[in-house]
Amino acid sequence: MPSAVMPTPDRDAAASAAVSATGLRKSYGDKTVLDGIDLHIPAGTVFALLGPNGAGKTTAVKILSTLIGADGGQASVAGHDLAASPQSVRAAIGVTGQFSAVDGLITGEENMLLMADLHRLPRREGRRVTAELLARFDLTDAAKKPASTYSGGMKRRLDIAMTLVGNPRIIFLDEPTTGLDPRSRHNMWGIIRDLVTGGVTVFLTTQYLEEADELADRIAVLNNGRIAAEGTAAELKRMIPGGHVRLRFTDPAAYRSAATVLNEATRDDEALALQIPSDGSQRELRSVLDWLDSAGIAADELTVHTPDLDDVFFALTGSTDRTTATTVPHQPKEAVR
Amino acid sequence: MSSLSLAARDSSTMLRRNLLHARRYPSLTLNLLLTPVMLLLLFVYIFGDALSAGITGAGADRADYIAYIVPGILLMTIGGTTIGSAVSVSTDMSEGIIARFRTMAIHRGSILIGHVVGSVLQCVLSVVVVGAVGVAIGFRSKDATVVEWLLAFALLVAFSLALTWIAVGMGLISPNAEAASNNAMPLIFLPLISSTFVPVDAMPGWFQPIAEYQPFTPAIETLRGLLRGTEIGYNGWLAAGWCLGLAVLGYFWSKSVFNRDPK
Repeated sequence: MPSAVMPTPDRDAAASAAVSATGLRKSYGDKTVLDGIDLHIPAGTVFALLGPNGAGKTTAVKILSTLIGADGGQASVAGHDLAASPQSVRAAIGVTGQFSAVDGLITGEENMLLMADLHRLPRREGRRVTAELLARFDLTDAAKKPASTYSGGMKRRLDIAMTLVGNPRIIFLDEPTTGLDPRSRHNMWGIIRDLVTGGVTVFLTTQYLEEADELADRIAVLNNGRIAAEGTAAELKRMIPGGHVRLRFTDPAAYRSAATVLNEATRDDEALALQIPSDGSQRELRSVLDWLDSAGIAADELTVHTPDLDDVFFALTGSTDRTTATTVPHQPKEAVR
Repeated sequence: MSSLSLAARDSSTMLRRNLLHARRYPSLTLNLLLTPVMLLLLFVYIFGDALSAGITGAGADRADYIAYIVPGILLMTIGGTTIGSAVSVSTDMSEGIIARFRTMAIHRGSILIGHVVGSVLQCVLSVVVVGAVGVAIGFRSKDATVVEWLLAFALLVAFSLALTWIAVGMGLISPNAEAASNNAMPLIFLPLISSTFVPVDAMPGWFQPIAEYQPFTPAIETLRGLLRGTEIGYNGWLAAGWCLGLAVLGYFWSKSVFNRDPK
């Protein structure tokens, strides 16, 4: 499987970069969390850091947002060196963490006014910005209630609204939709798209491929503290070979005999599944089916798979466990017995 | 704005946040007031006769014991209130909002300063409440001049500040509220082994040095002297030294723990 890193961005563009990092490293004790990552994010774009749990996404955000120091490497955010001038970096960024960074003991409005005060806005201006953002994020009705009583989606919206009080040019969103229901998730996507329209650079981490595909201009796949691949969604999809037809068996004996006949198929002994390379076209599918019939193979389930980010992700992160697949439309599995 | 005025502005914002918490959730502060008030009533009305006889000789009445015990109870109130500060600092540090503050271009120390000033104000308020109970059951100052009253107030504030900085450090190293409450136990335990309830002379000989030189006893003796005209002696300087020492120690300790990378 290909795991080549895309060509490194040219250094001349560093001036216009919202975030650039070379060789960032971080370890806790003898556990290496980030093992030298390079990033280059042009201003005004959405960048997604994609990876499984424990890949080091949150650590990367913590370092780039000045919350913790790196053990090695160099990084600058908004043109300021992280180590040399953290306060200048802080003045340019907004951070919404994985765990809601709102004060649950006070109301939504008080949270907003707190941010306004900390950004040293004049009182009147602070009230105006607060009212405006609460309305924009549909929180006006809940403004006088303690934030601890908010639903997950509301807390996340308040969180982002608080981040926006300072009018940051670069926003870090650490897993902004984790734990949200589908509707809140789509709302959040809308919010993120709006931010980008306003010219803000967004650095987001996610474990959802769909989310990265939906939102990001560029995606980096982080695995075991290293960037396994980087590029646009299309570039990443091109990195893996075509799709396949997946045959799943319930009877181990049937699986074994099929595996012997279809010796070019990729075996997944645990799932009793075989993968036959295919581009997913009707013509190829028919020839596969004919071939299966003539070989006397009857799979219990057949799915056609076209390459998507999932393939890239699983290929790069070394997992064979396929969780999403495109089932053949209008074709009950009995039909292919 | 100069960096000092920025620090002052951010600190006052943080203070307002902490006061908002305290005002919205007063139960923690009120619970902490219960201990000194209960102990005051217990020692005066239940053990009072025996203790007053032991301290002031035969024929002493309850008023003498009330006069003896109240200064210690007031300082114990401060110790108890600062346990609440340790708990609230520890709880606060586990909240995401603190991570947010750390990534904002604000004066870093303001987060702790807000807690400290808020806690000192709470201490003063608690002392006033417990002091009012003391007055209600018959405590009166004796021949205290205005200067002595001011010095007494200054002592209470300085002692609050010193214990608060220590409590903030204890809160910062505690992973959760329970641990903070346990770590801060000495703040309520030390007054029990001070001259609050009985004079140091009445304790076993081997124990007297511990009771006499720990932070509470000099402060109690000083307060007693200021309000009741008893002998202060070197206790005034000892108390000032403890206040300064604990405040400086607590400040640098808290600062260094807070500036570590959060988990």
